[in-house]
Amino acid sequence: MTLLEVSDLTVRIGETTVVDGVSFTIDGGERVGIIGESGSGKTLTALSIIGLAPDEAQITGSILLDGQELLGRSDRDLAVLRGDRVAMVFQNPLTSLNPVMKIGRQIAEPLRLHRGIGRNDAAAAALELCKRVGLPDPERAVNAYPHQLSGGQRQRVGIAIALACRPALLIADEPTTALDVTVQAEVLALLDALIVDQGTALLFITHDIALISQVARRLLVMRHGAIVERGDVADLIDRPEDPYTAALVTAARRTTLDDTDELVPSAAAGVAQPGREGVVRPGTDPGTAVPPDAHIDAEPGVGPAPREVDRGTAH
Amino acid sequence: MKHVWRSWPGRIGSVIIAGVVLLALLSLVWQPYDPNKITPREKWLPMSGAHWFGTDGGGKDLFTQVLVGSRTTLLVALFSVVIAGVVGLTFGILSAIAPRWLGEAIAHLIDVLIALPTLVLALVLVAALKGSLWTVSLAIGFGSGVILARVVRAEVERVMTNDYMLAADAAGSSTWRTVWRHIVPNIGSTVIVQLSLIAALAVLAEAALSYLGLTPVSTPSWGRMIQGLQQTVTVHPRAIIFPGLAVVLATLGFNLVGDGLRDAIDPRLRGRTADISPAFTSVVVVDDIARGHIAGAGHSAPGDGEGL
Ligand SMILES: Nc1ncnc2c1ncn2[C@@H]1O[C@H](COP(=O)(O)OP(=O)(O)OP(=O)(O)O)[C@@H](O)[C@H]1O
Ligand SMILES: [Mg+2]
Repeated sequence: MTLLEVSDLTVRIGETTVVDGVSFTIDGGERVGIIGESGSGKTLTALSIIGLAPDEAQITGSILLDGQELLGRSDRDLAVLRGDRVAMVFQNPLTSLNPVMKIGRQIAEPLRLHRGIGRNDAAAAALELCKRVGLPDPERAVNAYPHQLSGGQRQRVGIAIALACRPALLIADEPTTALDVTVQAEVLALLDALIVDQGTALLFITHDIALISQVARRLLVMRHGAIVERGDVADLIDRPEDPYTAALVTAARRTTLDDTDELVPSAAAGVAQPGREGVVRPGTDPGTAVPPDAHIDAEPGVGPAPREVDRGTAH
Repeated sequence: MKHVWRSWPGRIGSVIIAGVVLLALLSLVWQPYDPNKITPREKWLPMSGAHWFGTDGGGKDLFTQVLVGSRTTLLVALFSVVIAGVVGLTFGILSAIAPRWLGEAIAHLIDVLIALPTLVLALVLVAALKGSLWTVSLAIGFGSGVILARVVRAEVERVMTNDYMLAADAAGSSTWRTVWRHIVPNIGSTVIVQLSLIAALAVLAEAALSYLGLTPVSTPSWGRMIQGLQQTVTVHPRAIIFPGLAVVLATLGFNLVGDGLRDAIDPRLRGRTADISPAFTSVVVVDDIARGHIAGAGHSAPGDGEGL
């Protein structure tokens, strides 16, 4: 069952074509990665899907969600879907949370918007979500302001907000780029566990091929606004055809990974088969490996325990 | 509000304003004399146990007049702040979030209205309507409201560039909900600071307008007292000190509270005093006008209009 079908998506800003004839599909529960260098049009592709590309962008092509065309729909129509059927996690958890609004209220906001629940239910739901995303001391966290949390904790909040309404599709635009490496692994593992649990499809955007091999199974490589190569993550890493993909893999081997590590697609990419358990992620130290049951256990709060201590805003 | 206590300006300002409020409340239940009753036999009495501030040329008790005048000052300050807040927030937010052509049209309108001096607007309004506390408050509130609108517009535009606005859209928030839950709280501290400065402006402007005789004679007011007393200031210079000092203190109080709030209410505002000053500048401007009028008329009066 196709959840999202993007065909010939083209975005022009002024004279320049910043997204050029992009086509891809995502099935329900599937994970697809988009990788590409800075400025290749990844974010604009993602924003176009939920109708949040900047006003000056002219968008053509077709975007079908559950078989329904999204392009050309009114903002009001789209607002009903945003945060409910399709949600987004942003790159920078320091700036994507409202600085003067308590965490609990921010987490409950999508539920209040789309489920129309009252203030008390919202508070209870927020607390529950805080536990689910493994925020330490959730009772305190719901009453905290963003600046009182560490970067990793804030991104957990971002994930809680995005997943509050159990969307069918989650778009994560470089959700871990602003975090340091150990925290990255934890946040990734959490995202992984929660979307498996909820059956949410994932569109994961990054420019880190080592990272994407941990979350996505299928990969789209973007360059200058167009998709230059697509396929299974493992295949692309082993046998990149496009020279640009090859360069990305080489670069990742050199910088992101130790000599001993290999770029191996991990369990996360294969979560569609719940039989595979307990695979330790490459590129992470054993301490941050995902517990064997992390992505199949449906209990709230089973996400890997938060390890980050409060690092303040030093990220 | 407890944040105001963290700084000395905030503390001193709060104490002064609390004092004025207490005076006004006290005047509701206790007035030692009838503030309007003329008793020629008791004219120009010195300060004494019976007449704390002495009496004026009509034998009216000065303390009672200052006491009752505080009500006018506070009411005008309150009305002005409410009107300025409504005008400033409505026009400021609308001009920033409306479609571009409409937003720019409102912004230009704001610029035109800002060019209209508050005191001139007040004169026009009083001429058109009847001189009353409402008219005066309307003029002051509207005049400073359009200045506030420009500050609000800039603030909203700043807030709207933040990622959390995009995040709110991505969560499906409607325009008005986004305004209410994300924009207003994030410009709130700036607006509150501006409003306390507008209150200071209102105190001065009310005094100036009463001094010019634009408020009804029946309304007791510090500005009107100053006007009455300045005619004989060379003969009886002491009396004018009391209403003059009252105006100065109340203005100072609101200004200090504004400074205190700015320093304390929102740590993100620290060090940003320079770019939230348009209304403050206009306080100084009207301050100058008022001082020009008051001090110009009562040249030898010590205390009045001084110190700001
Ligand atoms: N509002 C805008 N106005 C003009 N040009 C824009 C705007 N937003 C994006 N662009 C341009 O569109 C291109 C694609 O931008 P996009 O943000 O999609 O890149 P990206 O692949 O997400 O890059 P990054 O990895 O740095 O996030 C860039 O060249 C950028 O300059
Ligand atoms: Mg981007």
